[in-house]
Amino acid sequence: MIKVEGISKRYPGHTAVDNISFEVEKGQIVGFLGPNGAGKTTTMRILTCFMPPTSGTANVAGFDVLENPLEVKRRIGYLPETPPLYPEMEVAEYLTFVGKLKGLSGDNLKKRVAEVSEKCNVADVSQKLVSKLSKGYKQRVGLAQAIIHNPDVLILDEPTSGLDPKQIHETRDLIKGLAGEHTIILSTHILPEVEQICERVVIISSGKLVATDTMESLKNRMHGSAVIGVTVETPSESGLVQEKLERVAGVSRVILKETLEGGFAFEVESLQGRRVQADLARAVVEAGWNLTELRPVSLSLEEVFLQLTATEASA
Amino acid sequence: MRNILTICQKEIKSYFVSPIAYALMAIYAIVSGFFTYVAVGYFLDRSIGAAAGRGGPMDVNEWVIRPVIMNVGVISLFLIPMITMRLFAEEKRSGTIELLITSPIRDYEIVVGKWLGALAMYACILSLTALNLGVLFMFGSPDWRPVATGFLGMLLQGGCLLSIGAFLSNTTKNQIMAGAMTFGVSLLMWTFDWFTGFKSDAWAKVLAYLSLTAHFEPFSKGVIDSKDVIFYVSVIVLGLFLTTRSLESLRWRA
Repeated sequence: MIKVEGISKRYPGHTAVDNISFEVEKGQIVGFLGPNGAGKTTTMRILTCFMPPTSGTANVAGFDVLENPLEVKRRIGYLPETPPLYPEMEVAEYLTFVGKLKGLSGDNLKKRVAEVSEKCNVADVSQKLVSKLSKGYKQRVGLAQAIIHNPDVLILDEPTSGLDPKQIHETRDLIKGLAGEHTIILSTHILPEVEQICERVVIISSGKLVATDTMESLKNRMHGSAVIGVTVETPSESGLVQEKLERVAGVSRVILKETLEGGFAFEVESLQGRRVQADLARAVVEAGWNLTELRPVSLSLEEVFLQLTATEASA
Repeated sequence: MRNILTICQKEIKSYFVSPIAYALMAIYAIVSGFFTYVAVGYFLDRSIGAAAGRGGPMDVNEWVIRPVIMNVGVISLFLIPMITMRLFAEEKRSGTIELLITSPIRDYEIVVGKWLGALAMYACILSLTALNLGVLFMFGSPDWRPVATGFLGMLLQGGCLLSIGAFLSNTTKNQIMAGAMTFGVSLLMWTFDWFTGFKSDAWAKVLAYLSLTAHFEPFSKGVIDSKDVIFYVSVIVLGLFLTTRSLESLRWRA
């Protein structure tokens, strides 16, 4: 559905986007992840034909952004970081205006305005002035205008920024509800958001593509080794316990995480492909201690992200 | 065409849901009403002299309507920057320009739509002068033709300054800047022919040609000269063309 090939955007003195390529298939939700200033917005603006790339091409729904911008624009719904709202308009009036801009008319326009108001939960404020709406409502009106012409592709630039936790939750649910009908790219620097909503993730950092993969394999890829959390109840000293655990076959490293009342919590890293849980349990029990917890620790996306962008920075 | 109308409608609405339209119309009503009152006052004064056998024949067209129309030309120099300053600057500041540019419409449709909206706003303001002059028709029988050409002239001159204003509004995010630049350019163009008072070289001729006064005056006398019409229409087209170009360039610079 979306095919980006080697796009760059250069300004005198700095490069905002540097040779990025990725593809998005129909119906997918893709998270566009990167620290602030990484080039997320610039890439999105290129896809929406707001600005052309300095080099490279992008293809949306079969049309090139440089050669056929009008066709691309017809097939894209775009929510910029600040929703493009006119404060002096009423909600329904605003949606009607955007619908007309996107080429809708007559009964179909009326029907769509009613439908998207319903879908985005703004029907109850349709006669209110946009300037009187709360931030959460404004964001939802922004989403409603993006989907009014039922576009193939939805591009959402930080759709949850500046919302309170309840509003963030509502907005995420709304976006998830839109998946399937639309191919969605959403940018964010909030990691759990990507974990919750997206099937695939594209990570960029200082204008360069760092990784593009499914959530699962991205996490697996970062698991050079498995990490296991072990909590032991013991009257002995921590050094002694640590030594004992290190001696278990297949264990590469043991880190003391926390000293508890009458025990210790460790994180044990094992060599790749080795399953050491059973041996760890046996070692603890044989030493006469109580094993109170034994669980796999999965690397959070946050750590994956930091590892990826950090290696990029040091490279 | 549909897209132009959509944009134009939105512009007209946004003037009339905000205080801008009413404030401008009220200010204009007071100022132009005062000017008309003064012109009529002079006329009455002269008519007393004429009754006593002094002075020439009385002419409402020449002594009231023409000065009023010329005055409107001057007032518009102050009003038009206030109409155009928000056209693009506001959308650029609030980010709504992103919606317009990423919608499947062409740049010139945005520009022409906005210009037509501003022109409609200006026409509403001018209609107040039509009311003022209407009173003269109630109590006298002036020639209506110079009034009609006068309005055509006011619309053409207005359209021309509006298109320059639209262009300048597109060069900045700051409405005050846009308004100030438009005011400066309008005032200069109004006074360009002063130059010919003491100089007669090629530059003086060029500037005199660009002078709005020189092209406006014939309309107020009831003369439609094709060279004046061509001047105004070409400035309008040039202004709209430059605006479209600068809207396009926004993408390369943004």
